[in-house]
Amino acid sequence: MNAVINYFSEIIGGFKTLLQGMGITGKHFFRAHKEIITQQYPDNRDTLTFEDRYRAQVYMEHDENNEHRCDACQTCEIACPNGSIEIIFDRVVDPETGKKKKVLDKHIYHLGMCTLCNLCVLACPTEAIKMSHEFETAVYDRSELTKALNKPGSKLKES
Amino acid sequence: MYDFSKMTGAIHDWLSSIMPDLGVIITEWVIIGLIFLAFFALLGLVLVYAERRIAGFFQFRLGPNRVGPFGMFQTVADTVKLLLKELVGTDRADKFLYNLAPFFLIIAALMAMAAIPYGLGLTAYNVNIGLFFMMAISSIGVIGILLAGWASNNKYSMIGALRSGAVIISYELSLGLSSVLAMILLAGTLNMNEIVMSQQAGWWLFRGHIPAIIAFIVFIITGTAETNRVPFDLTEAESELGAGFHAEYSGIKFAFFFLAEFVNMFIISAIAVTVFLGGWLPIHIPYWEGFNNIMDYIPGPIWFMIKTSGVIFLLMWFRWTFPRLRIDQILTLEWKYLLPISLINLILMAFIVMMGWVF
Amino acid sequence: MTTTEIDNKTGLVTQEYKINMGPQHPAAHGVLRLVLTLDGEIIEKVDPDLGYIHRGIEKMTERDTYKQIVHLTDRLDYLSSHINNEAVCLAVENALEIEVPDRVKVIRTIIAELTRLASHQLWWGVMGMDIGALTTFMYAFRDRELINDIMEETCGTRLTMNYNKPGGLMFDIHPNFQKRVKEFIKHFKVSLPEYNTLLSGNVIFKKRLQGIGYMSKEDAIAYGVSGPSARGSNISCDVRKIHPYSAYDRVDFNEILMEGGDSYDRYMVRMKEMEESMKIIEQLVDNIPEGDFETKTAAVLKLPKGEYYQKVESARGEFGVFIVSDGKKSPYRMKFRSPGFANLSILDKISRGHKIADLVAIMSSLDFVIPDIDR
Repeated sequence: MNAVINYFSEIIGGFKTLLQGMGITGKHFFRAHKEIITQQYPDNRDTLTFEDRYRAQVYMEHDENNEHRCDACQTCEIACPNGSIEIIFDRVVDPETGKKKKVLDKHIYHLGMCTLCNLCVLACPTEAIKMSHEFETAVYDRSELTKALNKPGSKLKES
Repeated sequence: MYDFSKMTGAIHDWLSSIMPDLGVIITEWVIIGLIFLAFFALLGLVLVYAERRIAGFFQFRLGPNRVGPFGMFQTVADTVKLLLKELVGTDRADKFLYNLAPFFLIIAALMAMAAIPYGLGLTAYNVNIGLFFMMAISSIGVIGILLAGWASNNKYSMIGALRSGAVIISYELSLGLSSVLAMILLAGTLNMNEIVMSQQAGWWLFRGHIPAIIAFIVFIITGTAETNRVPFDLTEAESELGAGFHAEYSGIKFAFFFLAEFVNMFIISAIAVTVFLGGWLPIHIPYWEGFNNIMDYIPGPIWFMIKTSGVIFLLMWFRWTFPRLRIDQILTLEWKYLLPISLINLILMAFIVMMGWVF
Repeated sequence: MTTTEIDNKTGLVTQEYKINMGPQHPAAHGVLRLVLTLDGEIIEKVDPDLGYIHRGIEKMTERDTYKQIVHLTDRLDYLSSHINNEAVCLAVENALEIEVPDRVKVIRTIIAELTRLASHQLWWGVMGMDIGALTTFMYAFRDRELINDIMEETCGTRLTMNYNKPGGLMFDIHPNFQKRVKEFIKHFKVSLPEYNTLLSGNVIFKKRLQGIGYMSKEDAIAYGVSGPSARGSNISCDVRKIHPYSAYDRVDFNEILMEGGDSYDRYMVRMKEMEESMKIIEQLVDNIPEGDFETKTAAVLKLPKGEYYQKVESARGEFGVFIVSDGKKSPYRMKFRSPGFANLSILDKISRGHKIADLVAIMSSLDFVIPDIDR
């Protein structure tokens, strides 16, 4: 007799759990218009917001006179674990002191190798490079991932 | 209730007046065939769209919403894509059987659709063994699945096909033998139209006491298994077998399998509606004369579609809630639970009918 | 090699049925290849084949400085990236005897527990999907997204945060951090019972997991299984309890142990661990001590000659970092003891005799992250 009772109580208990599960999904189905969590991405491009610290790629800040703060000290190049930063510089003789000084020629950044670890930004003593929110990094050719961060014709900001 | 046989009769008379008998028959076949093909394609498009949209709402997503208003033409776009895709198959497949398999499924589904009563006098193939015919035809589909799994020469497909064979053949028993048979006892006929007409006083689901409700539950469970949907979708079990029996199909051949699955779901729902929920009859609530009169103005085919979509929604609700059963558990469920219960149910129903306790 | 058997009575020839599960397979969650030997549906042997996502991270550490190594550990078990970072940082800090401020310890603990929650949520969603309940995935992601938003705000990225550095943290916490964490906890306290109703209590789900993949206590110890998978077999192995690090010694939480050792017990351990994680976060989030978020360290750290080991409890088990230093700025050899690798080794043992569908359930219950297995 117990076996029969167990047989039927198992069925009824099983059905109950199934209905409870359906209750949960059904509840969310009928409230779906309020609970959509996905973003309509390319449509909401204009309204997308990012947290301040969000890291998408490295960029170099230029002011309105096309001046940056990078003095080609190479700290970021050393700090980078992946070799994604290469600094090409010239040695120029300072006319006032007569000492040789590094002047940035090109700050090469390989986005394809970058892991966005933020070590270069932390290492930079002059806050020349920063992390930008430009997250759409897809390109048609791999060579486009290598870019010079300093704009053409830019020069070191006199402080 | 508008009798559609008047309309079809008028067409028949007109055709008879302008051509010989053989010509009339052939013309009518072609017209009906074209109507059903169009309906079949439309049904597939609508159901796939509905499934994806409903799945989206179950999962806090929007579902397809890009192509056309509310994404309604998404499935049209998908169909065009599938039509244009290259047909890729395995090298050492049994080419003849491999190409034949999708047609088994699609033809079985198409044939079963002919016997469904969509409205008063709106049945393409009004045969006195209609329900039996549908049961028989809809189980031809399993041959297609087995062939697909065997002929693709893929081990995953093979496992999926064999699982499908085991499941469909066992569930055929509870589906046909017991749950539908119990309702045939009540209705006293196998003709689909007569089953509907016998429910004018009320749906069998409510008039048949508890056995009818049990038969309905068993029917829904076995129907889900017959159509290979979650929680019985172990035929294609994507997390275990990739895509199961249709893993090696691409393009339009894959679309056939895909379409057949959805149309089978429609057929199972249509049978459930016809047998348990009064077919195309409008909803009547006792003693609400005004309400009932208003309901009568809504045409039968619309009632049929509303009820069928209700059952289809239930099946979709299952799919987006439940986990999948294992093969041995599915067979245990059938042989140890559903079959004994529905057999006892059949005896109970016979007793009720014999005593005339149906109200 | 295929073995062939000939039945003496009937003369029928039967062959072993071998299938490749993976490297591209929906249930592998990555590129894990399992060579299955089948007898019909029943599994006779599971032979994992690794190497599809080997990146040589242990070798890469030998060229990097200790500050640079930290970000590589994000890429091991990417779901508990913060915990992996913490292990390296603790190892370096212990070797150099750097005392980190209290504030750092507490923040590290909170973020580690958030990471654990996010990892378990993802595991839950994927577990449901492996068993066939597709909706669980989005339910889990709905809640996990909130944690990722908190991470984005405070750490800068959502998954591979690299928030730790030897000596402290990369930044201080964001001013909104405490508020948002509390909001999340409030939200998740409503969601977790939903998880349990939807999946844990479901009769189909229970039938699929109960009694499947039984792992005895002895086996688990012999194979070196750790983490929630081992605690499902009643082995007390929570590093947070046994060797407390960071702020775990000052919080009150339970080590979840289950007696059964089957897949359902491993599942329940993780479900209950989520509650414990919330408890830990609740205790700490209002009591973050004031202070500095880092200790100033030298630009290039040089570990004294010797061997150092630090273990932490990652979301999958005991994650260990073993450093052999010869006094230079990079380690001479660095070895990561990843929990996934040890947990994978028992897969063959516990899945023999079960069906293909069970293998998927067992794999899910052991919670593999393939880049963690294959470094």
